[in-house]
Amino acid sequence: MLQIDTWKRVLIWLVCVTGLLMALPNAFYTRVEQSNDAIAEIELKGETPERLVLAENWPGWMPSSLVNLGLDLRGGAHLLAEVKVRDVYASRMEAMWPEIRDVLRPERATIGTVRLQQSPADEIRVRISQPEGMSRAIEVVRELARPIQSLTGAGSTDIEVSGQGDVLTVRLSEAEKLASDDRTVRQALEIIRRRIDEVGTREPTIQRQGADRILIQVPGIGSASELKEIIGTTAQLTFNPVVSRGTDANAIAGVGNEIIPSIGEDSVYYTIESAPVVTGEELVDAQPSFDQNGRPAVSFRFNTSGARKFGDYTRDNIGSPFAIVLDDEVISAPVIQSHIPGGSGIITGSFTVEESTNLAVLLRAGALPAGLEFLEERTIGPELGQDSIDAGKIATVVAFVAVLVFMALSYGLFGIFANIALIINVGLIFGLLSTIGATLTLPGIAGIVLTVGMAVDANVLIFERIREELKTAKGPARAIELGYEKALSAILDANITTFITAVILFAMGSGPVRGFAITLGLGILTSVFTAIFVTRLMIVIWFERRRPKMIEV
Amino acid sequence: MRLKLVPQSTSFDFFSRWKLWLGISALMMVVGMASFAYQGLNFGIDFRGGTTVRTESAQPVDVAAYRAAMAPLGLGDISITEVFDPTFEDDENVAMIRIQAQEGAESVTAQVVNDVQTALQALDPEIKFPSVESVGPKVSGELVQTAVLAVALAIGAVLVYIWLRFEWQFALGAVAALVHDVVLTIGIFSELQIKFDLAIIAALLTIVGYSLNDTVVVFDRVRENLRKYKKKDLKEVLNVSINETLSRTVMTSVTTLLALISLYVLGGDVIRGFVFAMIWGVIVGTYSSVFVASAILLYLGVKRDWSKPSNTAGSQYADIDA
Repeated sequence: MLQIDTWKRVLIWLVCVTGLLMALPNAFYTRVEQSNDAIAEIELKGETPERLVLAENWPGWMPSSLVNLGLDLRGGAHLLAEVKVRDVYASRMEAMWPEIRDVLRPERATIGTVRLQQSPADEIRVRISQPEGMSRAIEVVRELARPIQSLTGAGSTDIEVSGQGDVLTVRLSEAEKLASDDRTVRQALEIIRRRIDEVGTREPTIQRQGADRILIQVPGIGSASELKEIIGTTAQLTFNPVVSRGTDANAIAGVGNEIIPSIGEDSVYYTIESAPVVTGEELVDAQPSFDQNGRPAVSFRFNTSGARKFGDYTRDNIGSPFAIVLDDEVISAPVIQSHIPGGSGIITGSFTVEESTNLAVLLRAGALPAGLEFLEERTIGPELGQDSIDAGKIATVVAFVAVLVFMALSYGLFGIFANIALIINVGLIFGLLSTIGATLTLPGIAGIVLTVGMAVDANVLIFERIREELKTAKGPARAIELGYEKALSAILDANITTFITAVILFAMGSGPVRGFAITLGLGILTSVFTAIFVTRLMIVIWFERRRPKMIEV
Repeated sequence: MRLKLVPQSTSFDFFSRWKLWLGISALMMVVGMASFAYQGLNFGIDFRGGTTVRTESAQPVDVAAYRAAMAPLGLGDISITEVFDPTFEDDENVAMIRIQAQEGAESVTAQVVNDVQTALQALDPEIKFPSVESVGPKVSGELVQTAVLAVALAIGAVLVYIWLRFEWQFALGAVAALVHDVVLTIGIFSELQIKFDLAIIAALLTIVGYSLNDTVVVFDRVRENLRKYKKKDLKEVLNVSINETLSRTVMTSVTTLLALISLYVLGGDVIRGFVFAMIWGVIVGTYSSVFVASAILLYLGVKRDWSKPSNTAGSQYADIDA
């Protein structure tokens, strides 16, 4: 008849107690959060008396993971950025030009003189004066091609070389473009992470989305534009030879050169060679400092190869100006006074102290390989988040009480059993949410409230069934057993279908939808568990003690 | 003394006018679709791009003054709505400003937000901007696609599941009810011009889940009763099944509605649209499991193999349950 093995009873209670223990820290949210923060700080920065006091606010042997609050509850900024992966193609091709020139030069006898032509950004066109030598030219340029190191692109090379008439065209292969896109996005992700970490905000979310997008969520930050200032700058530092200096933005630059504005001086434009001598990628350090006149500046140091290139160039070009370029603007273009062999230097310009500190951070974290385009940005103020939490709390409590009272009125003692199970159910949801580190959002709270409503459903199905079975007068024990047995298929079918929609929501949705799907899905799992096991166990225990001849449901 | 919303045993005849009910449901769907076709949905920025700024100030909201302050910026279509909510304090005056996606801008322009904030601050120095959200047209287009795909996928997956667990007639009935619920929800959103954003899609899918939940419980009982009363005709079996589950249907709907209504009243204005969709869905979903899903089942008929002498009685359903 109504029997449950002892090991099953122990297991059911154990699951409930564990779940509730895991949920407990959320009841003391601020205290636990402060304690967790203090512990993290002690590990990073060492102990101070204040930190120790805060850390001991919550006993170390207790579980301490909390439900993360989403941006809509805590306030913060959300950005969805698209990495302009095509930017990289152009700089790749620019960097190839010196190499191509160097391999073609020794072949002058067969191919004549070579000259760079205007071309789209992702290819290089070279005109040779003796078209008969084209096959030889293609042959030597092809030797520059490198095999691609990726799974999908295995067996192909990074460039395609073709010739038509007297024009030789070099472009990136499709496989290389794919591999390059992937590399670019991964690099960008890493650099964004480093920049945000340097600023030191808590629990940022930085995720790749799709092929070329990055989702950035930083709780607690003032606004999305503040966040954009930190991560939106490419911080592409290059050192380029200067061709000329003028005031006309539309002057003719000449092939392989470009005209860019100067940051400090109004309406001054520099014509520089597009291919840089050294780039910021070869920096090993950058620090804010001051120049000999006491103005803010940034000092930097190159790695060995960067230092050699920098040294060689300064040795060979004493007396000519050398532009320091940041994100396509000339910071300054000092004249090389002497050979600089050590590979370190200083960037001066009209910086404020803050700007020089920021620039140093950006240079240290590395340049973004490509620009970012922001497709979506959201700022939620902390007060709005607090309002939402408060409203959500009140609504949940009222919903909860209403359901509890209604159940008790409708089903009497059995209703109270269901109510205890319902409380355990919500505890379990919070326990699970904290354990898997899920994020609670406003729709997520709605999901929990809905679960409260629907969790009752399984119990209602069972109780109604028991009522029906009682009518056919089989005795209370048999009626309870049959009630559970016969209601099971309806409970399972109903919950599995809802679970399917929760899974689809989770897989397809983003942001708020996902938060809702998580709580709904977890809620279905816990409510089936509590209805089938927990209330049943309570009813069985009650039945064993009382042995009633008659029950009323 | 027990609270009983539904008497111990009922014998309502749900199918005396089932064709009429089907007709009414179909008509409502047509009205919903017509409203959608005629005036369309009031899409939020998630789906059509643009920027929304939420303002909060101790000063009362003056929509005309706000509009005048922003007029020189030349931002095209701007909609300003004052938000009222019982959860607000007395000195909490909130407005939502929606600015259309700017011509030719693929991404979000920080300049626009800045200009708007400066213009409003000139008008009211104390004004605060608790939230600013911008979505570029590129993303919003994709969001529409994903949303439609998600709803279609959910309905498809459910169709397959019910087909496997029951029979194809049941699956069709359930899906007809689902489509009915989704169409009516979209219809009311278009009729009342309530803002339709990403969260509403979540609500739609929950309605799909809830409506199914209800339908499946009824169908489960129908399946059981088909086995129990082999001689009764389908209409009677359906009636008995719905009457038997009526008490449960009402109980569950009422508890869920209790929870939702408290959220609707007290949960704040941010999720009000979302909760409204769910309340509507619970009502429509309960209705449709009886008057659409079961009525379609009645219309299609169920294969009852045991009526033929050549078959062993009930073998088919025994198989399904195995």
